[in-house]
Formats: sequence, C-alpha cells, structure tokens
Amino acid sequence: MTATDLLRPLLVVAVFAVVPWLGVSNATLNFLVYMLIVALAAQGWNILGGFGGQYSFGHAAFFGTGAYATAILQVQLGVNAWVGLVCGVAAGVAVGLFVGFLSFRSGLRGSYFALVTLAFAEVFRVVANAAGFTGGAAGLLIRLEPGVATLQFADRRITCMLVLGFVGLGLVISTWLTRSRFGAHLIAVRENEQAAEALGVDPMRVKLGAIALSAALTALAGCLYAQYFLFIDATIAYGPWISVEALLAPLVGGAGTVFGPLIGALALHGLGEATKGIAGSVPGIDLVVFGVVLILVIAFLPGGLMGGLARLAGRLRTIARGRRPAVEA
Amino acid sequence: MLVAEGLTKKFSGLVAVDEVSLAVAEGSLTGLIGPNGAGKTTVFAMLAGFLHPTGGRVLLDGADLTDEPPYRRARRGIARTFQITQPFAGLSVHENIAVGAYLRHARRADAMDRAAAVAERVGLSHELDKPAAALTVAGRKRLEVARALATEPRLLLLDEVLAGLNPSEVRDMIPVLRAIRDDGVTIFMIEHIMQAVMNLCETVYVIAQGRLVAAGTPQHVCAEPQVIEAYLGHGAAARIAAGGVHARG
Repeated sequence: MTATDLLRPLLVVAVFAVVPWLGVSNATLNFLVYMLIVALAAQGWNILGGFGGQYSFGHAAFFGTGAYATAILQVQLGVNAWVGLVCGVAAGVAVGLFVGFLSFRSGLRGSYFALVTLAFAEVFRVVANAAGFTGGAAGLLIRLEPGVATLQFADRRITCMLVLGFVGLGLVISTWLTRSRFGAHLIAVRENEQAAEALGVDPMRVKLGAIALSAALTALAGCLYAQYFLFIDATIAYGPWISVEALLAPLVGGAGTVFGPLIGALALHGLGEATKGIAGSVPGIDLVVFGVVLILVIAFLPGGLMGGLARLAGRLRTIARGRRPAVEA
Repeated sequence: MLVAEGLTKKFSGLVAVDEVSLAVAEGSLTGLIGPNGAGKTTVFAMLAGFLHPTGGRVLLDGADLTDEPPYRRARRGIARTFQITQPFAGLSVHENIAVGAYLRHARRADAMDRAAAVAERVGLSHELDKPAAALTVAGRKRLEVARALATEPRLLLLDEVLAGLNPSEVRDMIPVLRAIRDDGVTIFMIEHIMQAVMNLCETVYVIAQGRLVAAGTPQHVCAEPQVIEAYLGHGAAARIAAGGVHARG
C-alpha cells in the first residue's frame, strides 16, 4: 500500500469531518453519529462478506459482544472506558474466531454459513437476556459522566470526530485489502476456493483472519454504540436489527468495495430520515423504504451504488474518447 | 523427483485408481495418457493433494507428501492446472496470475510485475486488463498455465491444457510448454492429443480402467498390444496384427 492509495480514504474522511462544524442541528449530528456507527459495523461485515464472500447473517454476535464487554467492564468492574473498548474489540475477535473455526472447519458456505451465524447471534441474545451479569432483561445503564477518560463527550461534534476516526481506520483497512497479499488471497478464496488452494493459499487461515478482522470492526461499532447511547439490552446488542443493518449497507453501497459500506449506510439512513420527515407519523415507514431500496439495487444495480458509479464512469470515459468500449487489442 | 507408489483410490467400492506406481524424472516432460474414464485426473488429484489416496504414497524428492494439503504442496513447488478451467471470474487476467505470484512475492508491486512477466511467456500480455470471464477457451487454458507458472513451481502438473483448442492453437501452445521445460520446470501432463504427446513427451505412462498398462517412450508405448486394446477394445491388437496393419502411433 502506497501513500497515493490512502489519498481517497483521507479525502472522504475530510469531507465528513467538515460537516459537523458547519453549524448543523443536534438532530443532524445525532444522525451522523448513528449512521457512522452503522457504517463501521457494515465495514466489518464487508471484510468477511464483501471481500471474502462469506455472507454472515449474525454480525450482531460481534456487535453485541463489543457493546456488552465495554458496558459490563465499566458498570460492574469500574474499568476505564478506553480499556473497556480494547477489551470489547478483543472479546469480539475471540467470538469471531470461535464461530469461524467451528463453521469453516466443517466446510460451511453460502446459506449454511449464514444460518449458523444467525443461530450464534440468537443464542447470545437469549443468554444475555437471561444471565445476571448482563443485567438480564432490564439491560445495562452506563452512568452519564462526560470526559475523555469515559469516552463520553458533551459536545456531539467530538463524538462524531471520534467515530469518524474509526470509520477512517476501516477505510484504510479495506484499502489495504485491495492492495495486499492477504486481500488478494481473500478475494481468491471468494472467487474459487479450490483454485486458490492450488496456488498455495491456505483457505482456513485466510477465512479465520478475515472473520477476526471483521469481528474487530463490528465489535468496535458495538463499543461506540454503548458509549454513545449509554444503554444496551439483549435486543439492542444482539438483536437481528444490527445483523441486517451490517449487511444491508454494503449490499446497497457495493459489497467488496472500499467505500461501499459507508456510501450504503449514508444512502439508506439518509433516505430513511427523509421519509420519516415526510411521512413522520407512519411507524416503520423507513424500514419499508429500506426494503424497496434493497429490491431496486439487487434488480438494477448488481455491485451496488459503487458498481453503478464505476460503470457510469466507464461509460463517460468511453464517450469522452469517442469510441466503443473494450475493443480487442 | 516425483514418485507415486501403489496409488489406489476407491470411491465406495468403485476402484478408480488401482495400484498405480510411476516416477517423473527431474527436468523431464512426462505424459499420462489413457482412454476416457481411465482415472488420469484422479491420479493428478492425488498427486496435487485434492484427493486423499485410499492406499499408496506420494513422494517429492523422497519426502512423503501423502498427508499434505494442496497449499502445502504448492509451497513445496508443485503446481497444477484444472481440466475444467477454474478462473477467478470476477478478477482481471493480471490479478488472476498475481494470486499465483503472491506465493513467492509478498509485495503487491513485485507480484504484479512477476504476473506480467509470466503473462508474456504464455502469450497473454495483450489480455492483462480483461476480466478473466471474458477469455476464450484457449485464453482460459493459457490462464491456467500462467497462474500455475506464477507460483514458480519445480513441477507443473498440466491436466489437458490442449483439450478444446483448435489445431492452430495447439501448434501455438506446444512451443510454450517446451520453453517452460527448457527453463528447468519439470512437466507432467495429461493429454489426449497424440500429436502433442508424440511431439513433447520423453516418457509416457498409459493407464486404463485405473491400472497402469504401459510405460516408455511414446513410440514404444503406442505399439504395445495392451495400449491398443485399451483404446480399441479387447482383441484389437491381434486383429490388427493378423490384418497386416502395422500398428504405429
């Protein structure tokens, strides 16, 4: 990976970083933070699902583990929030490796892998709902105590910058995947596992690496969620909503692309908010819009918004050159 | 260099490969022929590690590889191509070959350079930026060879890389294979096209119904009665001899 490869991620982060300082409303800031947390979880999904082709329906297992680990450490043990964050990510990675080892060792792929991850997430949800140290059905409330040590900021613009920083990290990791040996191996495994193995790629190792990295980013999103909203219960942390959000954004934005998850999250939630603004009184109307958008994207934009943009750019380039595309060399 | 000892593969009662022993000499161009369904590809799959033999051993320079997975064997220097081509369809030709090159080159720039050099050798340099899915059959066969070659193997297992090509494409491909061998890569190839086998191989193994029936130079092997019978049916060798037809390749 060279410096020029990092130019585009940095540029995108810079654009997002300017917005909060333009005197926008608190509601807009709230939207931005929430959207960026979802984008971070989606970037995690994109590593395993987009680059690696292993579609998970249960990224809530990683999101929730991150959220619960940070919350429990702070509430029950009084640990510093930053330490909680690191432990949350580590716990997410551990869960990822556990789920990955069991399912990849038994050769699960496609819908079988998706179902197993969904099952794991549901088991975590049920256990978290019943256990004592997770606060059970009442959930966990993190004490409001703004400060750098507690990772809570009275000024939402600071929170926004913090989450954006981590989303930037996600963009850098995704860019690295497109420019590195590990990324090439991961994509090769997605395209044809047997052919990859013939070329010296150990599929088990590559997939475990991918699920660890994937779980780390999604767990990080869970930690930030807990620290921002200061309340979690089993349905928030391990509920299917985040599994769906994490896979919907990359699919709409462009799975297996660097910017797909962020663009997808922005497009979906932007549209969701806009609909709520127009037809505010109808409950769940934004979810109806999500469904329609997903159907439209799958039907008309395979490769998502990024794929559509790439095709549009290609067409414009050929028009500019004034000749037909891909002539035989 | 590569030795197979008594390789046997049974698929629940069906003996696909039965006690096949063979040896591929370092620096040679060795062929494996036989009628359809003889078990050639099964032998290759066992040599490359994609199938575990029911019995027998695979040795590379005396080291026992029988229990090693394919990726370990690739790291030791065994590369294979697939009879049914297996391109990474979503990637460009260049990226396809680079996946092979990454085996010995960790940096992207090195791997991509190496991939471009390999593409040049097999005649794919004009198609580097094309998606692999857009290649013709001949192009895909070349891509299989290029990807395997990019791993910088010592032994190349080629499974019917000439099948499906037209005569002029076959003529183009033969010098490419010979040049690879001349660069010091040992080649072991399954082939149906006898013109190519007679032209290229120094030693040929013939299997029929899972058993090794003959081995030797192509000229010698083609005159063997067992080989003629394997291809033309029981008693064919005797009828040809009685009819005065001189059996030749």
